[in-house]
Amino acid sequence: MKVNLIQSEYEVIRDQSRCINCRLCEKQCSNGVNYYDKKLKVMLSEEWKCVNCHRCVAVCPTHALKIVKSDHCFKTNANWSKHDITNIFRQAQTGGVLLSSMGTPKEYPVYWDKMLINASQVTNPSIDPLREPMETRTFLGKKKLDIEYDENHNIITDTKPQMELSLPVMFSAMSYGSISYNAHKALATAAQELGTFYNTGEGGLHEDFYVYGENTIVQVASGRFGVHPTYLDAGKAIEIKMGQGAKPGIGGHLPGRKITKEVSKTRMIPQGSDAISPAPHHDIYSIEDLRQLVYMLKETTNYKKPIIVKIAAVHNVGAIASGIARCGADIIAIDGFRGGTGAAPLRIRDNVGIPVELALAAVDKRLREEGIRNEVSLVVGGTIRSSADVVKAIALGADAVYIATSALIALGCHLCRSCHLGKCNWGIATQIKELEDRLDPEEGAKNLVNLISAWKREIKEMMGGMGINSIEALKGNRLMLRGIGLSEKELEILGIEHAGE
Amino acid sequence: MQKITVNHMSFKQLNNIIRDDKEDTFDLDDVHGQRYIAAGMKNKQIKIKGIPGNALGACLDEGSKITVLNNCQDATGDTMNEGEIIVYGNCGDTAGYSMRGGKILIKGSAGYRAGIHMKAYKDEKPVLVIGDRAGSFLGEYLAGGIIIVLGLNQNGKCPVGNFCGTGMHGGKIFLRSDELPKDLPKQVVTRKANEEDIESIKDIINQFCCEFTFDKNIIFNANFYVLEPNTTLPYKQHYTAI
Repeated sequence: MKVNLIQSEYEVIRDQSRCINCRLCEKQCSNGVNYYDKKLKVMLSEEWKCVNCHRCVAVCPTHALKIVKSDHCFKTNANWSKHDITNIFRQAQTGGVLLSSMGTPKEYPVYWDKMLINASQVTNPSIDPLREPMETRTFLGKKKLDIEYDENHNIITDTKPQMELSLPVMFSAMSYGSISYNAHKALATAAQELGTFYNTGEGGLHEDFYVYGENTIVQVASGRFGVHPTYLDAGKAIEIKMGQGAKPGIGGHLPGRKITKEVSKTRMIPQGSDAISPAPHHDIYSIEDLRQLVYMLKETTNYKKPIIVKIAAVHNVGAIASGIARCGADIIAIDGFRGGTGAAPLRIRDNVGIPVELALAAVDKRLREEGIRNEVSLVVGGTIRSSADVVKAIALGADAVYIATSALIALGCHLCRSCHLGKCNWGIATQIKELEDRLDPEEGAKNLVNLISAWKREIKEMMGGMGINSIEALKGNRLMLRGIGLSEKELEILGIEHAGE
Repeated sequence: MQKITVNHMSFKQLNNIIRDDKEDTFDLDDVHGQRYIAAGMKNKQIKIKGIPGNALGACLDEGSKITVLNNCQDATGDTMNEGEIIVYGNCGDTAGYSMRGGKILIKGSAGYRAGIHMKAYKDEKPVLVIGDRAGSFLGEYLAGGIIIVLGLNQNGKCPVGNFCGTGMHGGKIFLRSDELPKDLPKQVVTRKANEEDIESIKDIINQFCCEFTFDKNIIFNANFYVLEPNTTLPYKQHYTAI
């Protein structure tokens, strides 16, 4: 007798009075949840297969469907949750490491929501961005501390290579392989139209996307997939991935079934072979070794590209960032532990790392104390959910932010956290042609441009409210932030005062 | 041919000369540990006397050949794309790290992690030949390409250190040896090289013998083991999707 220990988490509720048996929900579900019962002449659901991605709900022409959380429960227990128990069942049955995707769903404090933004009243006039110029453009890269003159007393304007962003928001690394061709295309075209950047992730660059090079960050990670001189030259900047917020300290295993013909071309490994990114770069065991890779890339590209070093937000992030700033990197990207992923061991995603807000405040403070803040730009990600988060991040000391989950949601992602299954019904985290075709890259790009343009307007409104007309004047301007419901220690780390002070 | 006495010149200056010079053949004398020599460069023929620094020929590209008459330091041919690096001495650690194409021939020995994470794609099949012995972690995470260790001074003893082929999931390692490493991981399967295997490395060994004047008959008149990944143990077995 087969005993089923793991029960479905969701129920597909079908209003039979509305259902017209068109079977669209059946065709659209890659998980095979919905089916037509010929005898009963009704649509039914095998809901234990449901990942709650809402695809069927969204396509149902008669609005007959909804997904609800199942109220099936274990005996009430404050210590042992349903998840704890079912995950033990899963591991007891398989002996495997639990695998999940996207950012942690656990309830950790979101410090963005515990900071409030200032606005001018009476003494310092606010600015109306609809009538007055507002500058959201920013540059990433090393900055000079002093103004230097040549022998003719002209200011020397040559700087180390810079990235110019029309607003301080970029799309962060998602590899082709973890996401689809169409998703990559949407990100690349949107980055170009918005005057910002998208990031290849560790998967190489598809030949069709070299044309977006001026808006591309190419990534070099421990597996060095698809890395060759032409690739390094193709982007505007090169990112060395040391870590990722969702899975600090570990690498990545892209299973062979996701290495399709096209993915194989950009990763430059045979079709169907596993793509293993080791946890560390095996030539980097110290800051000095990191310096070696930074300069290796600079030499290979003749000092034309800023080098970004991306790390996960972890306990000693201040000291680590100080080392990175001294090793020749132009930009440090810090990825907070709530950041997303295409696949990560559950326990790591949910338990390793620290919130990016605290990491950012610590790093900015440390670099300023050491007098090297100008040596690097700071980019933060994981998770930036809105324009308000962007404004708070800039005020806390970031030069720009990275967004990925927000961008994917703009493309249709419903955060079902099942990317690792490779059957994304929204055509994003999949390499299955018929699923991928559901994402129209042009429409996707339009949605991304809409989202970021809307954020830009909101950022300008908030800046105007503070009486600030340039994003540069907001950078590290922590007087514009106040904490709400935070302890003395949290306020100290964030470097802000409490609301009312 | 351009002759350069390198002495204490910075690596940046040296690479600028090599990159910008119309000449494509260089004789570098008195090299003092300058890093990144010829990084990312195409069609340069470079002979090096003295000791080149770390990451010699990193991202090296098509048509380039670097010949080093002495020893090399770490990360020789890091992420090398095409071309050749010939070393008459020994190499430090991580020679051929993530190499994607081209050849590295080392007459002497290599340090830790030689050939780590080499990978192959279509016609691009990187080759790393080590004349004598290799340190621990040889071919770690090997994803493609060929590593050959000849053990020329080992008298048939195993010519590699510990943890050879850990995490290997592609490519081939040839060991000229009478014995196998004692601590091979589960994901590596071994066998004695057959005629087809030997045929597949004949050209490479011939080139090795020509470069360093060895007798190829002596090299082939010995036992070769072939190490390959065990495809019945893919990484996905480690996971349980939720």
